[in-house]
Amino acid sequence: MAATGDTILARPAPPGGRPPGALRRYALAAAFLAPAAILLGVWVVYPTIHTIIRSFYDRSGDSFVWFDNYQTIFTSDILVTALKNNLLWVLVVPTLVASIGLVFAVLMERVSWAVAFRTAVFMPMAISAFAAGITWRIVYIDDPNLGVANAAIKSVDDVFNPSGVLPQASPSTKDLVQKGGGMELKSPVQAGDTAELGLTAIPPTDIPSNAQQAVTPEPLQGGISGVVWRDFKPGGGTPGKVEPEELGLPGVHLDLLDQGGSKVASTSSADDGSFQFADVGNGSYTVAVSPSTFAKPFGGVDWLGPRLVTPAIMIAYLWIWAGFAMVVIAAGLAAIPRDVLEAARTDGATEFQVFRKVTAPLLAPVLTVVFVTMLINVLKVFDIVISIAPGSSQDDANVLALAMWRTSFGGNNDFGVGSAIAVLIFLLVIPVLALNVRRFRREG
Amino acid sequence: MAATVTADDAQGRAATAPVARRSYGWLRRAPIHLILVFFGLLWLIPTIGLFVTSLMQPTEFQQQGWWNYLTHPGDLTFDNYRAVFDNQAIMDSLWTTVLVAVGGTAVPVIVGALAGYAFAWLEFPGRDWIFIIVVALLVVPLQMALIPMFQLYNDLNLFDTVLGLVLFHAAFGLPFAIFLLRNFFIGIPRDLMEAARIDGAGEFKIFWRLILPLGKPAIASLAIFQFLWTWNDLLVALTFGRSTVPITVAIFSQMRQFSGNIELIAPATFISLIVPLAVFFVFQRSFVQGLLAGSVK
Repeated sequence: MAATGDTILARPAPPGGRPPGALRRYALAAAFLAPAAILLGVWVVYPTIHTIIRSFYDRSGDSFVWFDNYQTIFTSDILVTALKNNLLWVLVVPTLVASIGLVFAVLMERVSWAVAFRTAVFMPMAISAFAAGITWRIVYIDDPNLGVANAAIKSVDDVFNPSGVLPQASPSTKDLVQKGGGMELKSPVQAGDTAELGLTAIPPTDIPSNAQQAVTPEPLQGGISGVVWRDFKPGGGTPGKVEPEELGLPGVHLDLLDQGGSKVASTSSADDGSFQFADVGNGSYTVAVSPSTFAKPFGGVDWLGPRLVTPAIMIAYLWIWAGFAMVVIAAGLAAIPRDVLEAARTDGATEFQVFRKVTAPLLAPVLTVVFVTMLINVLKVFDIVISIAPGSSQDDANVLALAMWRTSFGGNNDFGVGSAIAVLIFLLVIPVLALNVRRFRREG
Repeated sequence: MAATVTADDAQGRAATAPVARRSYGWLRRAPIHLILVFFGLLWLIPTIGLFVTSLMQPTEFQQQGWWNYLTHPGDLTFDNYRAVFDNQAIMDSLWTTVLVAVGGTAVPVIVGALAGYAFAWLEFPGRDWIFIIVVALLVVPLQMALIPMFQLYNDLNLFDTVLGLVLFHAAFGLPFAIFLLRNFFIGIPRDLMEAARIDGAGEFKIFWRLILPLGKPAIASLAIFQFLWTWNDLLVALTFGRSTVPITVAIFSQMRQFSGNIELIAPATFISLIVPLAVFFVFQRSFVQGLLAGSVK
């Protein structure tokens, strides 16, 4: 290919119209262009043609299979997932990046410490998408005690859904039965009765630190008294009986239900596990441990599981590229003549109107550049996906570039389908070529 | 000059504006400040998390979140970094990264400058069309070259070599390099070159003594981009390297056991970040200018 390029450049011009010394000048130009021609010819042009041809041959490259490889892309489950995911990337990410960049750029213009903000948001652009992936993998660790994303969600979740004092516990005798997430005593009670609710299978680490020796409840005149305790004694003991060394369970939510099952009173247990429902009317009641006692603590969002892995990677990607959009859009904003904006304001336009009618239209070309750049990037996204998605989720997080690499080099070694995926990526970015050339011709 | 004067005037006026009005404006903008502080911190948290994690004792990774250390940073240690510096494989890969990044920057910058000069100032038939074709090559995705070059590299003995990686990066960096430099060189006044020619300078001399020094700003932007691009590469090295690999691939090969190897992965990743971050902070202006010149890679 390189040779061809050189011959074209050094080709003798048609006889007649050539000024003297032209041949020498062409040879000079060829010398300046030769290294570039070799590199582009061998590393870009030759492989491009080769890949296109290769995509019509089978895995081994021996037989011509027409469009079979392309058909595989649209029928194999893994590759269809990659197509769908990449479509999602195209639909969501460029728009989001441009929007976030626009908001940041507009806000940043109004503060004096814009440089500091720009540096913070722009910095991820400098690091590798691969390193960014590892960085976010640490952010996304499942355990809310270790991963900062889940820790943040947990701190909010704890306000609205406080976790119960006993995330796990089971009845110690058959007198207590599990019902609707809580537990209740089988036999009804009346005023003056006592209720003993024994629980076991509570890990020692879950026992509240203020727990004290449980006490057998004394009957209460006109009320119901009871105890809820950890009915477990190291080395044995009798289930259903409060014994020494068995601790009361403080903070347990207890409900008193009438015959119809509706709640008439509720209370919570003291440090020794005792509780009282005073001034209970006639009739029989059921004592129940409210489900809130057993509410599980927030266990962490499974960011990198099959369902959320793609959105999780997209968030990391936004983190990288928002700075790019912001800087380019900010430059566009700075280029808008101040007097145009002032004129609009003088004419009585509100800030929002100024933005919509003046700023936004003038920014349109810059927004297009950001959008188109992101479109190309998103079609080729690879590093961040392979570094964030754990092996078990890579099929679910798959995108075209990752599928291309895994099909060709990731153990599958199918150069036929791999070439076809590469050509598909190429075909998808080609429309952008037209845009680029148009832009170049306008500028050049 | 007129523009500068106007800008200075505007600044002068702002400086003499009544203090009361300015502080009122500040108050009105408080929500903006709060939003930007929030997002600024949000953007910093992941990197800080990586750094603090890289300083945690290996036994602590499964015990508590890195943010607990912000209140007692005394418990952090550089032991993990010491282990990484003692790890021969990681250190070798760091050296490979340096070689690939330097070579992968120098080659396309020099080759691109030669071609950019030819496209800008030398006369030959079809010049503008060939230039458009070169610019069009910008959109050829790397993926198009992986399979044929994988096979060709085996034949050329370039597989698993620094040179192989350098040339691949150089070729794919060239369309942008030529685009950027040609457009910059064409803005150099023709008179300067005519004067040099009259003084008897040849084209190569003009190129070395005139074009390259005058083209410094564009070359700097290009070099920064290309350096970051090659330093940060994973895909090319993953395909064409086995044992001669840059640090990204060396870390990648540890990732099968992510949580088990985090005491190696976190500090090694942070080490791999330091150079690009330093380049970014030192050359931020050139970086931004290069970006605005139209990066479509």
